[in-house]
Amino acid sequence: MPSIPFTIIENGGSHEIDATIDRKRGDSVLRLATEPVLEALGWTQKPEGLCQGESCIPIGSRPNLITPQGVDLVARAEVLGRPIAVDQEESVASFGAETASHRSGLAKGIAPDFTLPDLSGKEHSLSSFKGKKVLLIAYASW
Amino acid sequence: MWQALYEELGDHGFVPITIAFDESPDAARPYIEKAEPEHPSLIDTEHVVAHRYGMINVPTVVWIDEEGNIARPNTMEYGSDLFIQFTGRESGPFLEAVRAWVETGEIRRDETVPDEMPPPTEEEELARAEWALAWFLHQRGRAEAAARHFDRAGELSPDDWTIRRGSMPIRGKNPMGPEFFELFKDWESRGKRSYANMANERRS
Repeated sequence: MPSIPFTIIENGGSHEIDATIDRKRGDSVLRLATEPVLEALGWTQKPEGLCQGESCIPIGSRPNLITPQGVDLVARAEVLGRPIAVDQEESVASFGAETASHRSGLAKGIAPDFTLPDLSGKEHSLSSFKGKKVLLIAYASW
Repeated sequence: MWQALYEELGDHGFVPITIAFDESPDAARPYIEKAEPEHPSLIDTEHVVAHRYGMINVPTVVWIDEEGNIARPNTMEYGSDLFIQFTGRESGPFLEAVRAWVETGEIRRDETVPDEMPPPTEEEELARAEWALAWFLHQRGRAEAAARHFDRAGELSPDDWTIRRGSMPIRGKNPMGPEFFELFKDWESRGKRSYANMANERRS
Protein backbone atom coordinates (compact mmCIF):
# COMPACT_ATOMS: atom_id res chain seq x y z
CA MET A 1 0.00 0.00 0.00
CA PRO A 2 1.35 3.45 -0.85
CA SER A 3 2.14 5.78 1.99
CA ILE A 4 0.41 9.14 1.71
CA PRO A 5 0.24 12.17 3.99
CA PHE A 6 -3.08 12.40 5.79
CA THR A 7 -4.04 15.31 8.01
CA ILE A 8 -6.06 15.11 11.21
CA ILE A 9 -7.44 18.35 12.60
CA GLU A 10 -8.50 18.63 16.22
CA ASN A 11 -8.59 21.25 18.95
CA GLY A 12 -7.50 23.91 16.49
CA GLY A 13 -4.27 22.10 15.62
CA SER A 14 -3.44 19.79 12.76
CA HIS A 15 -1.37 16.61 12.68
CA GLU A 16 0.30 15.46 9.50
CA ILE A 17 0.39 11.68 9.57
CA ASP A 18 2.36 9.68 7.09
CA ALA A 19 -0.17 6.94 6.81
CA THR A 20 -1.36 4.17 4.59
CA ILE A 21 -4.96 4.16 3.49
CA ASP A 22 -6.57 0.93 2.41
CA ARG A 23 -8.71 2.02 -0.51
CA LYS A 24 -8.97 -1.49 -1.96
CA ARG A 25 -11.46 -2.85 0.50
CA GLY A 26 -14.46 -2.09 -1.65
CA ASP A 27 -16.23 -0.38 1.23
CA SER A 28 -15.96 3.17 2.44
CA VAL A 29 -13.98 2.42 5.60
CA LEU A 30 -11.16 4.87 6.00
CA ARG A 31 -8.26 3.23 7.79
CA LEU A 32 -5.08 4.94 8.82
CA ALA A 33 -2.00 3.20 10.14
CA THR A 34 -2.78 2.75 13.80
CA GLU A 35 0.41 3.78 15.51
CA PRO A 36 0.95 7.19 13.92
CA VAL A 37 -2.70 8.10 14.54
CA LEU A 38 -2.63 7.13 18.20
CA GLU A 39 0.73 8.81 18.71
CA ALA A 40 -0.38 12.07 17.11
CA LEU A 41 -3.53 12.19 19.19
CA GLY A 42 -1.88 11.15 22.45
CA TRP A 43 -3.53 7.75 22.81
CA THR A 44 -2.07 4.33 23.58
CA GLN A 45 -3.53 0.92 22.94
CA LYS A 46 -3.59 -1.24 26.09
CA PRO A 47 -5.35 -4.50 27.01
CA GLU A 48 -8.06 -2.33 28.68
CA GLY A 49 -8.73 -0.49 25.43
CA LEU A 50 -7.76 2.90 24.04
CA CYS A 51 -6.16 4.96 26.77
CA GLN A 52 -5.27 8.57 27.29
CA GLY A 53 -3.22 8.64 30.47
CA GLU A 54 -5.13 6.64 33.06
CA SER A 55 -8.53 6.86 31.43
CA CYS A 56 -9.38 4.07 29.02
CA ILE A 57 -12.25 3.36 26.67
CA PRO A 58 -12.90 -0.37 26.21
CA ILE A 59 -12.98 -1.44 22.56
CA GLY A 60 -13.55 -5.18 23.01
CA SER A 61 -17.02 -4.98 21.50
CA ARG A 62 -15.61 -3.37 18.37
CA PRO A 63 -13.25 -5.87 16.77
CA ASN A 64 -13.19 -3.86 13.53
CA LEU A 65 -12.04 -0.61 15.13
CA ILE A 66 -8.39 -1.56 14.97
CA THR A 67 -7.28 -4.28 12.57
CA PRO A 68 -3.84 -5.09 11.13
CA GLN A 69 -4.87 -2.79 8.24
CA GLY A 70 -5.18 0.14 10.59
CA VAL A 71 -7.62 2.12 12.68
CA ASP A 72 -11.09 3.02 11.41
CA LEU A 73 -11.17 6.78 11.94
CA VAL A 74 -14.93 7.18 11.81
CA ALA A 75 -15.49 4.33 14.27
CA ARG A 76 -12.84 5.82 16.53
CA ALA A 77 -14.75 9.11 16.53
CA GLU A 78 -17.92 7.23 17.51
CA VAL A 79 -16.16 5.44 20.34
CA LEU A 80 -14.88 8.75 21.67
CA GLY A 81 -18.27 10.40 21.24
CA ARG A 82 -16.84 13.00 18.91
CA PRO A 83 -18.19 14.19 15.58
CA ILE A 84 -15.90 13.77 12.58
CA ALA A 85 -15.89 15.42 9.16
CA VAL A 86 -13.88 13.70 6.46
CA ASP A 87 -12.71 14.65 2.97
CA GLN A 88 -11.26 11.49 1.48
CA GLU A 89 -10.19 13.16 -1.78
CA GLU A 90 -8.19 15.75 0.13
CA SER A 91 -6.98 13.24 2.73
CA VAL A 92 -8.15 15.34 5.66
CA ALA A 93 -10.32 14.56 8.67
CA SER A 94 -11.52 16.94 11.37
CA PHE A 95 -12.54 15.81 14.86
CA GLY A 96 -15.07 18.01 16.61
CA ALA A 97 -15.34 18.61 20.33
CA GLU A 98 -16.01 15.69 22.62
CA THR A 99 -19.76 16.08 22.52
CA ALA A 100 -20.74 14.86 25.98
CA SER A 101 -18.10 16.73 27.97
CA HIS A 102 -18.57 19.87 25.88
CA ARG A 103 -22.30 19.76 26.63
CA SER A 104 -21.94 18.98 30.30
CA GLY A 105 -19.31 21.71 30.74
CA LEU A 106 -21.64 24.27 29.21
CA ALA A 107 -24.61 22.88 31.15
CA LYS A 108 -22.69 23.38 34.41
CA GLY A 109 -22.07 26.95 33.36
CA ILE A 110 -18.30 26.72 33.14
CA ALA A 111 -16.89 29.31 30.74
CA PRO A 112 -14.67 27.41 28.28
CA ASP A 113 -11.10 28.71 28.22
CA PHE A 114 -9.47 29.96 25.02
CA THR A 115 -6.22 31.57 23.91
CA LEU A 116 -6.28 34.00 21.00
CA PRO A 117 -3.96 36.65 19.53
CA ASP A 118 -4.53 40.40 19.34
CA LEU A 119 -3.56 42.53 16.32
CA SER A 120 0.09 42.55 17.37
CA GLY A 121 0.10 38.75 17.62
CA LYS A 122 0.29 38.75 21.43
CA GLU A 123 -1.74 35.89 22.91
CA HIS A 124 -4.34 36.31 25.66
CA SER A 125 -6.13 33.57 27.63
CA LEU A 126 -9.50 33.92 29.32
CA SER A 127 -8.13 31.99 32.33
CA SER A 128 -5.64 34.79 33.09
CA PHE A 129 -8.59 37.08 33.95
CA LYS A 130 -9.84 34.96 36.87
CA GLY A 131 -10.83 37.26 39.71
CA LYS A 132 -12.35 39.80 37.31
CA LYS A 133 -15.79 40.12 35.82
CA VAL A 134 -15.37 39.58 32.08
CA LEU A 135 -17.73 40.74 29.38
CA LEU A 136 -17.07 38.63 26.30
CA ILE A 137 -18.18 40.41 23.13
CA ALA A 138 -18.03 38.46 19.87
CA TYR A 139 -18.46 40.55 16.73
CA ALA A 140 -17.43 40.53 13.08
CA SER A 141 -17.03 42.95 10.19
CA TRP A 142 -19.57 40.95 8.14
CA MET B 1 -17.73 51.80 23.07
CA TRP B 2 -16.26 48.93 25.03
CA GLN B 3 -13.19 51.04 25.71
CA ALA B 4 -15.45 53.69 27.33
CA LEU B 5 -17.07 51.00 29.49
CA TYR B 6 -13.61 49.74 30.46
CA GLU B 7 -12.55 53.24 31.45
CA GLU B 8 -15.72 53.61 33.52
CA LEU B 9 -15.69 50.20 35.24
CA GLY B 10 -12.13 48.88 34.92
CA ASP B 11 -11.25 49.98 38.47
CA HIS B 12 -14.11 47.80 39.76
CA GLY B 13 -12.53 44.54 38.58
CA PHE B 14 -14.19 44.56 35.17
CA VAL B 15 -12.70 43.84 31.76
CA PRO B 16 -14.31 43.59 28.32
CA ILE B 17 -12.74 41.12 25.89
CA THR B 18 -13.74 41.62 22.27
CA ILE B 19 -13.39 38.81 19.77
CA ALA B 20 -13.56 39.29 16.01
CA PHE B 21 -14.85 36.35 13.95
CA ASP B 22 -13.10 37.69 10.88
CA GLU B 23 -11.17 35.81 8.23
CA SER B 24 -7.94 37.71 8.88
CA PRO B 25 -6.47 40.24 11.32
CA ASP B 26 -6.55 42.79 8.49
CA ALA B 27 -10.32 42.43 8.10
CA ALA B 28 -10.77 43.39 11.76
CA ARG B 29 -7.92 45.93 11.89
CA PRO B 30 -9.84 49.11 10.90
CA TYR B 31 -12.46 48.50 13.61
CA ILE B 32 -9.89 47.79 16.28
CA GLU B 33 -7.63 50.70 15.37
CA LYS B 34 -10.58 53.07 15.46
CA ALA B 35 -11.66 51.82 18.90
CA GLU B 36 -8.13 52.12 20.36
CA PRO B 37 -8.85 49.47 22.99
CA GLU B 38 -6.74 49.09 26.12
CA HIS B 39 -8.65 45.89 26.95
CA PRO B 40 -7.91 42.62 25.09
CA SER B 41 -9.21 42.86 21.54
CA LEU B 42 -8.69 39.47 19.95
CA ILE B 43 -8.92 37.88 16.50
CA ASP B 44 -10.55 34.49 16.11
CA THR B 45 -10.17 33.50 12.46
CA GLU B 46 -11.09 29.87 13.19
CA HIS B 47 -14.17 30.68 15.30
CA VAL B 48 -12.79 28.79 18.30
CA VAL B 49 -14.89 30.86 20.70
CA ALA B 50 -18.03 30.40 18.57
CA HIS B 51 -17.49 26.64 18.76
CA ARG B 52 -16.73 26.47 22.47
CA TYR B 53 -19.59 28.76 23.50
CA GLY B 54 -22.15 27.59 20.95
CA MET B 55 -22.47 31.05 19.40
CA ILE B 56 -24.57 31.32 16.25
CA ASN B 57 -24.49 35.01 15.45
CA VAL B 58 -22.87 38.34 16.20
CA PRO B 59 -22.77 40.39 18.27
CA THR B 60 -22.97 37.79 21.03
CA VAL B 61 -22.26 38.78 24.60
CA VAL B 62 -21.45 36.46 27.54
CA TRP B 63 -20.99 37.53 31.16
CA ILE B 64 -18.28 35.58 33.00
CA ASP B 65 -17.86 35.95 36.75
CA GLU B 66 -14.70 36.09 38.90
CA GLU B 67 -14.60 32.28 39.25
CA GLY B 68 -14.78 31.66 35.50
CA ASN B 69 -18.45 30.68 35.49
CA ILE B 70 -20.99 31.92 32.99
CA ALA B 71 -23.12 34.46 34.84
CA ARG B 72 -25.33 35.27 31.85
CA PRO B 73 -25.12 33.15 28.71
CA ASN B 74 -25.15 33.97 25.00
CA THR B 75 -27.32 36.97 24.20
CA MET B 76 -27.31 39.34 21.25
CA GLU B 77 -26.53 42.75 22.67
CA TYR B 78 -25.38 46.06 21.27
CA GLY B 79 -23.04 48.62 22.78
CA SER B 80 -24.80 51.48 20.97
CA ASP B 81 -28.08 52.18 19.16
CA LEU B 82 -26.42 52.68 15.77
CA PHE B 83 -28.28 49.76 14.16
CA ILE B 84 -31.42 49.85 16.25
CA GLN B 85 -33.74 50.13 13.23
CA PHE B 86 -32.52 46.66 12.17
CA THR B 87 -31.99 45.08 15.56
CA GLY B 88 -34.83 46.51 17.60
CA ARG B 89 -32.73 46.00 20.72
CA GLU B 90 -31.75 49.01 22.78
CA SER B 91 -28.28 49.22 24.27
CA GLY B 92 -29.33 51.30 27.31
CA PRO B 93 -30.95 48.61 29.50
CA PHE B 94 -28.10 46.21 28.68
CA LEU B 95 -25.38 48.71 29.63
CA GLU B 96 -27.27 49.56 32.83
CA ALA B 97 -27.47 45.84 33.64
CA VAL B 98 -23.70 45.48 33.13
CA ARG B 99 -23.05 48.44 35.45
CA ALA B 100 -25.33 46.93 38.10
CA TRP B 101 -23.61 43.55 37.78
CA VAL B 102 -20.14 45.05 38.16
CA GLU B 103 -21.09 47.30 41.06
CA THR B 104 -23.45 45.04 43.07
CA GLY B 105 -23.27 41.54 41.56
CA GLU B 106 -26.94 41.67 40.59
CA ILE B 107 -27.71 39.73 37.40
CA ARG B 108 -30.66 41.25 35.58
CA ARG B 109 -32.52 39.11 33.11
CA ASP B 110 -35.32 39.71 30.68
CA GLU B 111 -37.37 37.44 28.43
CA THR B 112 -34.65 37.40 25.77
CA VAL B 113 -31.97 36.07 28.12
CA PRO B 114 -31.91 32.28 28.48
CA ASP B 115 -31.37 30.95 32.02
CA GLU B 116 -28.55 28.78 30.85
CA MET B 117 -26.52 28.04 27.77
CA PRO B 118 -28.48 25.84 25.40
CA PRO B 119 -26.19 22.85 24.79
CA PRO B 120 -25.22 22.33 21.16
CA THR B 121 -27.03 19.58 19.26
CA GLU B 122 -25.13 16.76 17.57
CA GLU B 123 -25.75 18.42 14.21
CA GLU B 124 -24.30 21.67 15.47
CA GLU B 125 -21.22 19.90 16.82
CA LEU B 126 -20.75 18.13 13.49
CA ALA B 127 -21.27 21.42 11.66
CA ARG B 128 -18.34 22.84 13.63
CA ALA B 129 -16.11 19.90 12.70
CA GLU B 130 -17.10 20.56 9.07
CA TRP B 131 -16.29 24.25 9.52
CA ALA B 132 -12.81 23.42 10.87
CA LEU B 133 -12.23 21.13 7.89
CA ALA B 134 -13.40 23.83 5.47
CA TRP B 135 -11.17 26.42 7.11
CA PHE B 136 -8.15 24.14 6.88
CA LEU B 137 -8.80 23.45 3.19
CA HIS B 138 -9.31 27.17 2.53
CA GLN B 139 -5.95 27.96 4.10
CA ARG B 140 -4.32 25.32 1.92
CA GLY B 141 -5.73 27.03 -1.17
CA ARG B 142 -8.24 24.23 -1.80
CA ALA B 143 -11.16 26.59 -2.43
CA GLU B 144 -13.47 24.10 -4.13
CA ALA B 145 -13.03 21.44 -1.50
CA ALA B 146 -13.43 24.08 1.22
CA ALA B 147 -16.72 25.21 -0.35
CA ARG B 148 -18.14 21.68 -0.07
CA HIS B 149 -17.55 21.68 3.67
CA PHE B 150 -18.67 25.27 4.29
CA ASP B 151 -21.91 24.26 2.54
CA ARG B 152 -22.22 21.06 4.54
CA ALA B 153 -21.67 22.97 7.79
CA GLY B 154 -24.42 25.41 6.81
CA GLU B 155 -26.82 22.56 5.98
CA LEU B 156 -26.19 20.92 9.35
CA SER B 157 -26.66 24.14 11.29
CA PRO B 158 -28.79 26.39 9.06
CA ASP B 159 -29.41 29.07 11.69
CA ASP B 160 -25.74 29.57 12.46
CA TRP B 161 -24.79 32.91 10.94
CA THR B 162 -21.17 32.54 12.04
CA ILE B 163 -21.03 29.68 9.54
CA ARG B 164 -23.34 30.82 6.77
CA ARG B 165 -22.65 34.54 6.78
CA GLY B 166 -19.18 34.29 8.30
CA SER B 167 -17.97 32.11 5.41
CA MET B 168 -19.12 34.61 2.77
CA PRO B 169 -16.07 36.91 2.86
CA ILE B 170 -13.81 33.84 2.93
CA ARG B 171 -15.49 32.57 -0.22
CA GLY B 172 -15.39 35.93 -2.00
CA LYS B 173 -19.12 36.54 -1.50
CA ASN B 174 -20.58 39.83 -0.33
CA PRO B 175 -21.99 39.42 3.22
CA MET B 176 -24.35 42.33 2.51
CA GLY B 177 -25.29 41.09 -0.98
CA PRO B 178 -27.94 38.81 -2.50
CA GLU B 179 -26.65 35.71 -0.69
CA PHE B 180 -27.15 37.45 2.61
CA PHE B 181 -30.77 38.31 1.77
CA GLU B 182 -31.33 34.69 0.81
CA LEU B 183 -29.92 33.59 4.15
CA PHE B 184 -32.09 36.14 5.95
CA LYS B 185 -35.27 34.92 4.23
CA ASP B 186 -34.39 31.32 4.96
CA TRP B 187 -33.75 32.15 8.62
CA GLU B 188 -37.01 34.09 8.81
CA SER B 189 -38.97 31.21 7.26
CA ARG B 190 -37.75 28.85 9.96
CA GLY B 191 -38.91 31.14 12.74
CA LYS B 192 -35.92 33.47 13.32
CA ARG B 193 -34.14 31.21 15.75
CA SER B 194 -32.21 33.04 18.45
CA TYR B 195 -30.54 32.12 21.74
CA ALA B 196 -33.75 32.80 23.65
CA ASN B 197 -36.01 30.59 21.55
CA MET B 198 -33.32 27.90 21.22
CA ALA B 199 -33.28 27.67 25.01
CA ASN B 200 -37.07 27.40 25.07
CA GLU B 201 -37.15 24.75 22.33
CA ARG B 202 -34.73 22.53 24.19
CA ARG B 203 -36.45 22.92 27.52
CA SER B 204 -39.77 21.74 26.10
